[in-house]
Amino acid sequence: MSNWFSLHWHAFLLAGRRLLLNPLATLFTALVIGIALSLPAGLYTLLDNLTSLGDRISGSQQISVFLDLDAQSADIAKIQNKLKKHATVRKLRFVSRADALRSLESSAGLGDVAKSLQQNPLPDAFVIEPATGEPAALDKLREEARKWPKVAHVQLDSAWAKRLAAFADLGRQAALLLAALLGFALVVVTGNTIRLQILTQREEIEVSKLIGATSAFIRRPFLYFGAIQGLTGGLAAWLVVDGGVSLLNNNVSQLAALYASDYHLHLLNIDGGLILLGFAALLGWLGAYLSVSLYLRKIEPR
Amino acid sequence: MSNSPSAISFSQVCKRYRGGHEALKNLSFEISPGEMIFLTGHSGAGKSTLLKLIAAIEVPTEGSVLVNGQNVGKMRRATVPYLRRNLGLIFQDHKLLFDRSTFDNVMLPLQIAGFPHRDAAKRSRAALDKVGLLDREKALPIALSGGEQQRLCIARAIVNRPAILLADEPTGSLDSEYASIIMEMFKSFHQVGVTIVIASHDQEQAAKFATRTLHLDRGALAA
Repeated sequence: MSNWFSLHWHAFLLAGRRLLLNPLATLFTALVIGIALSLPAGLYTLLDNLTSLGDRISGSQQISVFLDLDAQSADIAKIQNKLKKHATVRKLRFVSRADALRSLESSAGLGDVAKSLQQNPLPDAFVIEPATGEPAALDKLREEARKWPKVAHVQLDSAWAKRLAAFADLGRQAALLLAALLGFALVVVTGNTIRLQILTQREEIEVSKLIGATSAFIRRPFLYFGAIQGLTGGLAAWLVVDGGVSLLNNNVSQLAALYASDYHLHLLNIDGGLILLGFAALLGWLGAYLSVSLYLRKIEPR
Repeated sequence: MSNSPSAISFSQVCKRYRGGHEALKNLSFEISPGEMIFLTGHSGAGKSTLLKLIAAIEVPTEGSVLVNGQNVGKMRRATVPYLRRNLGLIFQDHKLLFDRSTFDNVMLPLQIAGFPHRDAAKRSRAALDKVGLLDREKALPIALSGGEQQRLCIARAIVNRPAILLADEPTGSLDSEYASIIMEMFKSFHQVGVTIVIASHDQEQAAKFATRTLHLDRGALAA
């Protein structure tokens, strides 16, 4: 065990020393990886924001149930009862025909029109605040209420929420595709950095092999090198994303203030950030593994 | 097979390099444990190739090379490193690493074998002491003379306490005074039971130190 630890510690120190030997090159590689990874990570963060924005709005969404004009108070009571018991309904408000007309009369511009009406054309209505923003549940409530007697029309604005969700899904797919492509690029970039490393360490590798180093021993410091390089790249990507979001937030809060809202974008969450770091480190490791294996195979005798 | 008493055994070994050059032709011989053998012949006679076959740096085209009963030509790649840890290799061109100190050069085989740092440092200093370089442990190899570099190479080869020592022209570029110092060193390793194979073009030296000489002539064993 201590043998194992000593081998890994030795390799880790060696990798760290090699990274620090060329700080500028290390920094640039980290930036290249960081910028490449910030594209999918940034897209993911924006989509995450969009989805939570959708949740927020559809959370305050309303469903209106309009009754037939000839609905009697007994019918109204029956419907009110059913709605009150419904799981999807959180808050229920009854707007009578008279109330509706009064509010129409008091609204600017339409007052005169309302007054000139011979009779009240408006139906009784229930305004529902749903307990969930989930489009499927809202749809179900609508289909149910529609079939009740004396219900003329159920109005629900879930179509846009569906579209938003579909759009966000599409965006997530695109982010994944982008991540896969740029991940491949990261493997190539690290592989190439490692190849250059190998060229400067050629003598050491050759001598080490001659005096009994296993391939794993040769590979190990390069694997640490690749993983650390990937990790710093991931960290750079995280900083780029959070910096970008913070920059956007200035404008977003101004925009939101115009709508009397305190909405602002949230940064890349911890889970997402850790996944980003792990992904970057893994790809750096992979690039190093491929690069060293290719080289070792070339120098084996046959 | 494994009860073979030989440390090194060649049977009908041929080595052809790509391009058709035949470096070794139908070689068969045995080296017993603890023997000190001189391998003589002109340059190009195949001495280096023979040593490379023992260390599995090259693979024989035909025949078998046994080291401690193991067929090293048919050995899996992954087990070759463990064979080499039991061998001490001394190279004609030293193969020292010039980016690190004398001490760190000797440490390398122990680091490769995964020795804890403290034990490795103790052993490295002992090996440096044995070749008389202990006071130069912080020096870079570039600052060492040719003879000192050769001694450093020897220290690195013996630090693992190998059972077999292979030396390719260890005194080739040294004047006779330095050369005899190094030959005395080999003799002292021989006295503690290490099997030693020394390739040398110097027949005189061979006659002086060897218990037995193998003479190669254009890849074939001459009597």
